[in-house]
Amino acid sequence: MSKSLRTPLKNALGLGSARHGVHHFLVQRVTAVALLFLSLWFVWSVLAVLHSDYAGAHALVAQPCNAVLMIAFVVAIFWHAQLGLQVVVEDYVHTRWLEWTLQIAIKFLCFLGAAASVLAVIRIALGR
Amino acid sequence: MPATARPLSPHLSIYRWQIQMVTSIIHRATGIALAAGTILLCVALLALAAGPEPYAKVQAFCASWIGLILLFGWTWSLAFHLLNGIRHLLQDVGLGYLPAQFVRNSWLAVAGSLVLTALVWACVFAQRGGA
Repeated sequence: MSKSLRTPLKNALGLGSARHGVHHFLVQRVTAVALLFLSLWFVWSVLAVLHSDYAGAHALVAQPCNAVLMIAFVVAIFWHAQLGLQVVVEDYVHTRWLEWTLQIAIKFLCFLGAAASVLAVIRIALGR
Repeated sequence: MPATARPLSPHLSIYRWQIQMVTSIIHRATGIALAAGTILLCVALLALAAGPEPYAKVQAFCASWIGLILLFGWTWSLAFHLLNGIRHLLQDVGLGYLPAQFVRNSWLAVAGSLVLTALVWACVFAQRGGA
């Protein structure tokens, strides 16, 4: 059975059997667009509190608007980082078990980083 | 090894270095560097949530030589990845594929990243001078 049941058009569209063929590509771009704005805001915020003391930095992140943007920033950056590192590992790591170990480790670490950062922002925003 | 010596496809060492290769490689390298930088982001937020003493430690690390070198590297990495990322997003919608545009935009990303980095660090030192 070498003949595929898929039509040539189905293969050419590149959507895959579950139509998720471009999902990685799209999410990488969507998070990139988000980070375009969020990272500029982040650099601006860091510059604003760079030389201020603890109370100043705490107050800035505690403002509801900034807290929401910070949560959006950390979620987007860890998500985008996972997607990017995944492609790097796919391209350069050709030992099967090592590739899988790295992919899962990257996913776990990125999720933990995002979860810890979000919790930190919530603690800051709600007051210690 | 194959039985017959077939020609290999040309690899990196064959080509003359071009700006497109450089921006592509640096985009990946800065992406990996920025992913590593998220560790500091996470630690800084956790310290800010934990209290003044942990936060003072993070500030002290950032003000140390190794901290300043890392922060400078991450500033440039972010600036380059951001500008080159815009170039990639524009290419994703089909813009800028003529060789001349390609080369010009690549150089714009490189030069712009240096300008952005200089601007950010000018702000850092101007603030310190004023404070």
